[in-house]
This record gives sequence, structure tokens and C-alpha cells, in this order.
Amino acid sequence: MSDSTDEVRSYTVRLELVDEPGELLRALEPIATNGGNLLSIFHERGNVTPRGHIPVEVDLEATPERFDGIVDALRDAGINVIQAGAEQYSEALTIILTGHLVNTDLSDTLSRIHESTDATVTDLSLSAPGGTDDASSARIRLATEEGAVDEAMRSIRTVADEKGLHVIEPLAAGGDA
Amino acid sequence: MRLAVIGAGAVGSAVVDLASDHGHSVTAFVDSSSAVIDSAGIDTDEVLDRKRADGVVGSDAPEDALSAEYDVLVEATPTTLGDAEPGFSHVQAALERDRHAVLANKGPVAERYADVRALERESEGSVLFEATVGGAMPILSTIDDFDPSHITAVRGVLNGTANFILSRMATEGLDYEHVLAEAQDLGVAEADPTFDVDGTDAALKGVIIANVLSDNETEYTLDDAEVEGIQEISGSALELARADGRTVRLIAEVVEGSVRVGPRLVPDNAPLAVSGTRNIAQLETEHAGQLNISGRGAGGPETASAVLADIGRL
Ligand SMILES: NC(=O)c1ccc[n+]([C@@H]2O[C@H](COP(=O)([O-])OP(=O)(O)OC[C@H]3O[C@@H](n4cnc5c(N)ncnc54)[C@H](OP(=O)(O)O)[C@@H]3O)[C@@H](O)[C@H]2O)c1
Repeated sequence: MSDSTDEVRSYTVRLELVDEPGELLRALEPIATNGGNLLSIFHERGNVTPRGHIPVEVDLEATPERFDGIVDALRDAGINVIQAGAEQYSEALTIILTGHLVNTDLSDTLSRIHESTDATVTDLSLSAPGGTDDASSARIRLATEEGAVDEAMRSIRTVADEKGLHVIEPLAAGGDA
Repeated sequence: MRLAVIGAGAVGSAVVDLASDHGHSVTAFVDSSSAVIDSAGIDTDEVLDRKRADGVVGSDAPEDALSAEYDVLVEATPTTLGDAEPGFSHVQAALERDRHAVLANKGPVAERYADVRALERESEGSVLFEATVGGAMPILSTIDDFDPSHITAVRGVLNGTANFILSRMATEGLDYEHVLAEAQDLGVAEADPTFDVDGTDAALKGVIIANVLSDNETEYTLDDAEVEGIQEISGSALELARADGRTVRLIAEVVEGSVRVGPRLVPDNAPLAVSGTRNIAQLETEHAGQLNISGRGAGGPETASAVLADIGRL
């Protein structure tokens, strides 16, 4: 990794939100206004903290400098930031999933990949030329921690197997053949 | 050298055709039902004409060919799995008579490598099989030059039919069935393309490479390979890959004692993303970085050139 401070990196922020309408939006606003690029949001469904808050995990991209600004802004807005940037996702991984993606609940597939691999989905493109009932394809870019690509691939294969989906894997870790 | 050429298909016939150019004579030539044997050397043009016109090479008995006079037996009968017969017995007969054997047939070195090497150890003759992997491309001899112990991985596109189908699907936006039919019309795919599209052919080549890399320590067969074909690849998957600067290729990967064949995502501009029927092998060397060898991976004269290069090395 270079020392440059204007290099965009991926970060994960864990927040605890009060279960009220508009809370999530309020939490996301400081990210955008401070130059962060929102990648994904995961509610840990059904999970409530002992204080009755809802844990939310947000993946975003920003330069290290802006990231610090984002965390400050979140705290200033009274949002409970549990953990910020402890994991740095440093390896990118692109796969293509094909099969009955929509019928097998694509969003469930993605959350399972996320939960079981510690990898975060940073980009998703879906192509369903035959409509949602037909076989379709999705290109998914994931970010994982350094050295965790093989483990992530194993988990993805397991999830895909269970759902009868087909994975086209990248040739080399990071996809740079 | 005097050659006994077993198999009179695309490869065997091309070996016979090119033999005299390389200073060799053919003393026996056999197909599935006929043979021509002449210790003074057969008239190759006449025999090839007869094979084309009548479907037979001559009126001698095929079973006499193995005991005919020759220095090198060229095995170019169909590749078979399991016991690798009849190819294996042909190689055995040559080695037991202290003759050399040069193979285009993948079966014996993919399915019974240890048996072949054991026979070779007991023989004055040697076994070479460059033609079994990548047609005209000097893959095995390059591995040999570097010494297998200095090669850490080999990755490659080793089946031209599958590569033609994938690259055409990607550039034309056509689906699998359509391009397969087109490939059959063009003669790029055989009437029964199963082994090409289900990954078996590429896997046999991967297994042969693994056998060479393991240097007699572990024997590999097709059963040890993890194999997946290209039949399930959809036009939409290729489209998504393309929009991201990538493409899909059927890659054979031999690394750390594992052989794996399957469709993989590779960057569009990567050396491995060859198009059409071209093949490529990428050797990961210990001291010299990556080495790419690309070229024509199949075809009668191409494969025969590799056979004749092996004969030259004996
Ligand atoms: N074609 C390629 O580009 C290529 C590249 C690399 C390796 N190879 C390998 O090289 C070998 C030959 O390929 P090819 O394309 O030439 O195949 P091919 O055109 O199908 O020819 C096979 C030949 O073997 C003969 N044959 C079958 N059983 C026999 C037996 N028991 N004894 C003697 N001859 C027998 C056949 O006889 P009939 O003529 O009477 O049918 C035919 O002449 C195969 O193992 C193949 O996998 C081929």
C-alpha cells in the first residue's frame, strides 16, 4: 500500500441506529456530503442490540482523509459508530453467477455471500434477457481482506451449489490473469 | 529413421506424408483394418492416395505391423480412456522390442503414465509425446528444457474447439447452440464434440502436464482432475464479462499437484484470452517469470510436425 492520502480505499462502518423511520437516511447523509462513495448497506436482519438498536453495516469508498471526516460527521450527527474502518478490504474479486438467480432470491444469495465470507459486494450487474423466470447472469465484484480470496471463493461455491447456481471464477486471485 | 505409423487418420497420414521431408522412411503403416509393410520403405504417395480413394492402406495383415522392422513406432490411433487401448499395447510392443515410441494419442500418457514409464525403464527405447499437448506448440519440450522442477504452474487454453466457441459467442453475441452448430459446419468442431466442450480433452492435456511436472513422483489420471465444460455458459454471462473488460475462457490449470479445467474469467487483453482456435500455454517459471507459448493446438500437419520434432530429438 502506498502512503498517498488521496488514494481511494474501501471501508466498512458499523452503526447502531434507533428503530425509527428516517434514521437510516439520516445516517447515510454525512457519508455523501463528506465525499464518500456508498457501496452497500447491510441490515443484520432480525438482529437488535441489547439497547434495542438496529446494527447496520455500511461499505463505502473514500480517501483516508475524507473517511476521517465522515466518521466525525456521523458522530456529530449523534449516530452511534461502533466500528470504523477496522477492516480494510484490499483485494478485489470479480465473479459471474449464472442460473435462476431471481427465482432463487438474488438478494438472499448476496447477503449469504456477505455473511459467510467477510467479503463485501461492491458492484453488481444483472442481465436477465429472458425475463425474471429465465436463467440470468450477474457480475459481482467483491472486496475481501488481504489473503482472504480463496476462502471467499470457497464460500461462494458452497452458496452457489446449494442454490443450483453456476459460478464462473476469475483465473487468478484479484482477477489479473 | 524407419517409422511404423499406427493410425491413418489426420495425424498418422500427415506423418507419413511429411516423413521423407525429414529424412525418414515409413516401413509400416496401419489403420483399423489394413496395413502396408515394406522394410525398404513404402511408397508414401501411392499409399496415401489409396487410403483416400479406397479407405484402406494396403493388403498386409495389421497384426504383422508391430513385428515389422522399424526404429520408431508412431502411435496415432484414437485417444481412449481407462486402459488406453489399443494405443497402450502398441507402445508396449515397441518398447519390449527396444524400439522408441512417439505418441500423438493422449490415452497412454494421461491414463497409464506410470505403466508407460515402467516399460520405458526396462527398454533401450524412449517415449516422447509432445504432440499430445498443444499440437505444434513446444510445450512439453520447453518444460523439459527448463526442467520440471523449475516450473511452478502451467495455465493454458488447450482446446481450440472450446476456445473458438467461447470467443465467437463473445464477439458476436451469439448463444452456445448456435455457435456450436456453426463450428461443426466449419469443421472446427467434430460431429460429436463432447470431449471438447465438456472439458475432457483439455483435462487429459492438463493431466499429461501434471505427470511431466511431477517427475514420476505422483501419477495423475483423468480421475484426479476437476473438470467443468462450457455447455452452461450463456451469452448474457459473456456480455457481462465484456462490459467489465473481461472474457471467459476454458482454462486448464496445473498447480501444486492439482489439475483443474473450467471456464474462468480473464481480462480481455490478457495473454490467455486468445481468440478462435488458437491455443496458449503460460508457464510460471521459478527464475524466469512467465513464459507464454501460443500457436496452433491441433490439425493433422501441425500435430505431425510435433511428432517429427520428437523423432528428431531421439
Ligand atoms: N487431430 C489432431 O489435431 C490431434 C492433435 C493432437 C493429438 N491428436 C491425437 O492423435 C490421435 C490421432 O488423431 P487423428 O485426428 O488422426 O484421429 P482420426 O482421424 O480419427 O484417425 C484415427 C486413425 O486410427 C485408426 N485406428 C483406429 N483403431 C485402430 C487400431 N486398433 N489399429 C490401428 N489403427 C487404428 C483409424 O483407422 P481407420 O482409418 O480405418 O478408421 C484412423 O486411421 C488421436 O489419439 C488424437 O487424440 C490429434
